Amino acid sequence: MTATVPRTRVNAAARPARKVPRRDRRRRLTVLAFMAPAVLGFVVFFGYPLLATVYYSFTRYDLVNEPEWIGLGNYIRMFTSEPLVAVAAWNTLWLVVVLTLTRVLFALGVALVIARLKSGVGLIRTLCYLPALAPPAAATLAFVFMFNPEFGPVNRFLRLLGIDGGLWFNDPAMSKPALTLLVLWGSGELMIIILAALLDVPVSQYEAAELDGAGPIRRFRHVTLPSISPVLLFGVVNSIIFALQFFTQAIVAGGVASGSADVAGNTKYIGSPENSTLTYPVWLYVQGFRYFNMGYAAAMAVLLFVVSFAFTAVLVHQLRRASSAEENA
Amino acid sequence: MTATLTHTRPVRRQRWDRRLQWVAVHSLGVALGIMFTLPVVFVLLTAVMASDQAMSSSLWPTQWRFDNFVKVFERAPMLDYLVNSFTYSLLATAGILLSAIPAAYALSKIRWRGQNVFFMLTVAAMMLPPQVVTVPLYDLWVRLGLTGTLVPLIAPYFLFDAFSVFLLRQFFLTIPRDYIEAAKIDGCSEFQAMVRVLVPMAKPGIAATMMFCFLYTWNDYFGPLLYTGENRDSWPLSLALASFRGMHHVEWNLTMAATAVVMAPAIVLFVFAQKSFVRGITFTGVKG
Repeated sequence: MTATVPRTRVNAAARPARKVPRRDRRRRLTVLAFMAPAVLGFVVFFGYPLLATVYYSFTRYDLVNEPEWIGLGNYIRMFTSEPLVAVAAWNTLWLVVVLTLTRVLFALGVALVIARLKSGVGLIRTLCYLPALAPPAAATLAFVFMFNPEFGPVNRFLRLLGIDGGLWFNDPAMSKPALTLLVLWGSGELMIIILAALLDVPVSQYEAAELDGAGPIRRFRHVTLPSISPVLLFGVVNSIIFALQFFTQAIVAGGVASGSADVAGNTKYIGSPENSTLTYPVWLYVQGFRYFNMGYAAAMAVLLFVVSFAFTAVLVHQLRRASSAEENA
Repeated sequence: MTATLTHTRPVRRQRWDRRLQWVAVHSLGVALGIMFTLPVVFVLLTAVMASDQAMSSSLWPTQWRFDNFVKVFERAPMLDYLVNSFTYSLLATAGILLSAIPAAYALSKIRWRGQNVFFMLTVAAMMLPPQVVTVPLYDLWVRLGLTGTLVPLIAPYFLFDAFSVFLLRQFFLTIPRDYIEAAKIDGCSEFQAMVRVLVPMAKPGIAATMMFCFLYTWNDYFGPLLYTGENRDSWPLSLALASFRGMHHVEWNLTMAATAVVMAPAIVLFVFAQKSFVRGITFTGVKG
């Protein structure tokens, strides 16, 4: 089947005067018909807006007046004179590092436990996965309640152990760790992906390693890790991109913990406490759609695109390798 | 004698080790299960508390106020929000059936130039943070006069949803091309082969993709905030969730009752279709 494409190409080159065979033309029309909505959708919702974002990033635009060209003005402002964008970028960087590390390691740990279970696998797996389905806004509300400094169950439990629980979502130093716990609670998808990879490792390899006298740690390092490393890489890239676009949990937690409970956003409470939950996408949203600094928001978007694209490229590269391996198989 | 002794002791110890390991692993498993479930238990328990008890540190409801769930619907136009959520999720799910199945078919079962390029573009689109493209898109929908409605949220699904196309393509690849070829030899067109042969065979994959789409849109917060934030009448549940506040504070019992209402469809969906969910998730990994 792989040979079809080159062959038709050669035919067309050899007999340029001849019309394309009827079957080929028909197939082309079919492909066109099948792909037309997708291509149109891609152009309208990804292609055009990506290019337009770059254009807007060089302008001052407030949605009402025509965009006004200001060259690199937005970028210069972003890197020199706007203090909150640096705070937002720092918060997102924090999340990229901490969320990625903890999410992958935690999901791996839970998957390793589930993979060793002999009974009750289905139930435990379900319980660990279910939170991943919870709407982020709802899950955030539940966590803000659980970690309420006064009457939340978490601090109550810690008090039983004699530990002073802290202010969690109301403390600028603890709001991001609390958000991290929330993310770990909902990391069931990655768990299932890693678990599937773990169960795919051939048992014979473990047996061979055991016969060679390898202990559990060496078996993990030399048998498990190499065969699940593509999935772990996927988990890392996926987590980085997840952290780069971290929005809902941050904006809801900031709003609700500050007591405003107005999720759809009182700008005053966004990022609370003390801008510790002001992530980069949240600030982009506020700049663009609250202050209507659309040009500035576009410049922020360009930077976000460049960073996330670098990581996407890693994954696409890996996928391409996987799919070419598939074709050769 | 000595020989048998030295022989049996390690065996027995090994059996003990196995048993200890069994206990350790299973207690860890149970602990994890409890840890993951507890937040939901707290939500449910708080949801049925009286409002002053929800503000205390007691964990077990003294009065079981099941009418909180009714109150949630009285205090806010929850029914409208619910209808908006279902409109968004169901129409989006219908949209991917029309748009993503043919695209995934063309990407997995027909050979054409540019196929791989489009697939890579799909993956890139899937990974793109939604905030990157919102400035021009918002501008576009404002010009069309459609902000404040659900249209900007739903319309894209009738053309292109990167994740659904990606997932369906991965599923379709697992169905041998021979079936399609056989159908075509029997005189089927590509369209007939897709509808009569591939779709029936790929039902589990299509079901999983539909569920992911339903859940994604049901859980979506950023999209509704951006496009419907200005107009309460178009709010879906996810956005309306935290509107329960008293004079000075959040009303936690009602908020948790609303939270439970919002979480419910996902859990029901999962309970009914656990298998295809799990299959679907593993397909989103690099394999497949």
